[in-house]
Amino acid sequence: MTTTTEHGLASGPTPRLSAGLPAVRTNGRKFSWNTALRVVLLLIAAAVTLGPVLWTLSTSLRSPSESFKLPPSFIPWNPDFTSYSQVFQQLNIFLLVLNSALVTGLIAVGQMVSAALAGYAFAHLKFRGRGALFSIVLATMMVPVQVTIVPVFMLIRGMGLSDTLLALILPAIPTAFGTFLMRQYFLGLPTELAEAASIDGASPWRTFRSVYAPLAMPGMAIVGILAFNFHWNEFFRPLILTISEQNFTLPLGLVSLQGNLGTGSISVVLAGVVLSMIPALVVFMFGQRALQAGLTAGTGK
Amino acid sequence: MSTTIPPRERPRQDARPDKPAPARGRKGASGNRHSQRWLAWVFLAPTILGMGLFTLIPIVASVVLAFFRWDIISAPSFVGFNNFAEVVQDPTVRVSFLNTIVFVVVAVALQLGLALALAIMVQEKMPAWLRVFFRSAFFFPLILSAASVSIFMRYLFNEQFGVVNWLLSLVGIPAVPWLTTPGGSAAVVILVYVWQNFGFSFLLFIGGLASIPVETYEAASIDGATGWRKHLHVTLPLLSPTTLVASVMAIISALQVFDQPYVLTRGGPGDSTRTAVMVIFESAFQRLEFGQASAIGVLLTLIIMAITAAQFRLSKRFVFYQ
Repeated sequence: MTTTTEHGLASGPTPRLSAGLPAVRTNGRKFSWNTALRVVLLLIAAAVTLGPVLWTLSTSLRSPSESFKLPPSFIPWNPDFTSYSQVFQQLNIFLLVLNSALVTGLIAVGQMVSAALAGYAFAHLKFRGRGALFSIVLATMMVPVQVTIVPVFMLIRGMGLSDTLLALILPAIPTAFGTFLMRQYFLGLPTELAEAASIDGASPWRTFRSVYAPLAMPGMAIVGILAFNFHWNEFFRPLILTISEQNFTLPLGLVSLQGNLGTGSISVVLAGVVLSMIPALVVFMFGQRALQAGLTAGTGK
Repeated sequence: MSTTIPPRERPRQDARPDKPAPARGRKGASGNRHSQRWLAWVFLAPTILGMGLFTLIPIVASVVLAFFRWDIISAPSFVGFNNFAEVVQDPTVRVSFLNTIVFVVVAVALQLGLALALAIMVQEKMPAWLRVFFRSAFFFPLILSAASVSIFMRYLFNEQFGVVNWLLSLVGIPAVPWLTTPGGSAAVVILVYVWQNFGFSFLLFIGGLASIPVETYEAASIDGATGWRKHLHVTLPLLSPTTLVASVMAIISALQVFDQPYVLTRGGPGDSTRTAVMVIFESAFQRLEFGQASAIGVLLTLIIMAITAAQFRLSKRFVFYQ
């Protein structure tokens, strides 16, 4: 979690001793110019990061024939929803959303449950080979998905699952990062809880079920949000593991829509892009902190 | 009113005085240990079985497959190191690896430089709401899909009606053929990638900056260090552990770039934006040369491992740990 600390880096001339001396006043004036320059630079950077997204939203609300005309539009003064009705005709948006939601939702739930269980075992249960097994789990994080995709593709074929949504879901459920995250989370909870529970005669299962699992919900939420954000946006695996359009997820459907329509009706494609962004926006608004905490987990010691 | 003890709490109260009894205690503890072990394996089963099936077996299979020729239709045949020899001599593969290296160097340098500069500027004095706004803005692209981003960026960089060329025309720069020339395409892929990913390094740097003690800066400013000199002599050395982590993560993810070049340029014009992962994808799923694809994958993994190892060795020399 990042917390704001003021370094007082530019908080002006530090020594109060010299207050009132002319040197300090020039220093002070120079300093406020610095601040202004800094804020202007940051505003430009923010405009560059947010501008393309505003353009996308605004252009999706222009009529298809207007959409590629210059000057561009960044704020939708008079929104036109033709492109939105057209994208529903060009693409089976409902099916794409349903597929994406099914795949992403089941992966998120699967990761939350499996990571919570494994993380708890690594954190609070004693068994032989615990350290070695945990190292192996961590090591799998280093292997890029592109390297294992060929054997995974064949495995999926062998299991008779090729071109199904399960082909996308099953391989994504075991999660090394989620397991690592949940282990850290459980280690952060006091062990006295387990001791108290076992003195009270609770079995290890009951200790987990009624003491630790309820406390682990925030950690599981981080795992779920990370999984949702990653897999909702995922492109590489769906491109390889799904073949027929009825199994496409949103990103795949949108890329094929752009391919089919060419540059003729920008606003229709952009309407689809905007629709696909809605869940990400919801996550951004309500889960930004959790997402940031999860993304940077394990990077700072 | 409150004198009745709920029935399920009664045994617990009885159990406490009994606890010191040696026989019971020992039996309970060993039974507990046994059931802990049992429960641990039940809890681990989904993760361990899943990883074994979908990660560990595929890793081994990928390495084995690199020594075979297989097109899925006919039986695989052992070809020794032939796949590697062919792959290393293949002009497309060579140019793709070269492209990937150039991409990684330029994109990671841009990403880290931008992220560090912005992080330092954001952490300095300003109203809290403004800081929150900047942080959210820089983080925002991370939540989007690389495919969607590449879709709208392709329009923005269009030569005739793209917004980028329109903005350039306002300052008198003639239209740049972004997506139709090798140099322009490479630039677009890098810019789009950095646009979406610098926020991650930015977050890491913000965390790193927050952990530098304020007193260090006070001491430095008493010693007369100001402005950029303060950052050069205080911030950069103290931030080096964060810089190491940020650069390792940025390099590893840049080496695997696929979505942006695939959607923006399909690797073209020519092979100018073809990357290592695109070649894996094409040789496996378009040309059905699974052995060659695995060989390229093994090479890419070796490069990733070598870079990671090199960076951690270097870190012993250059990283300043407090």
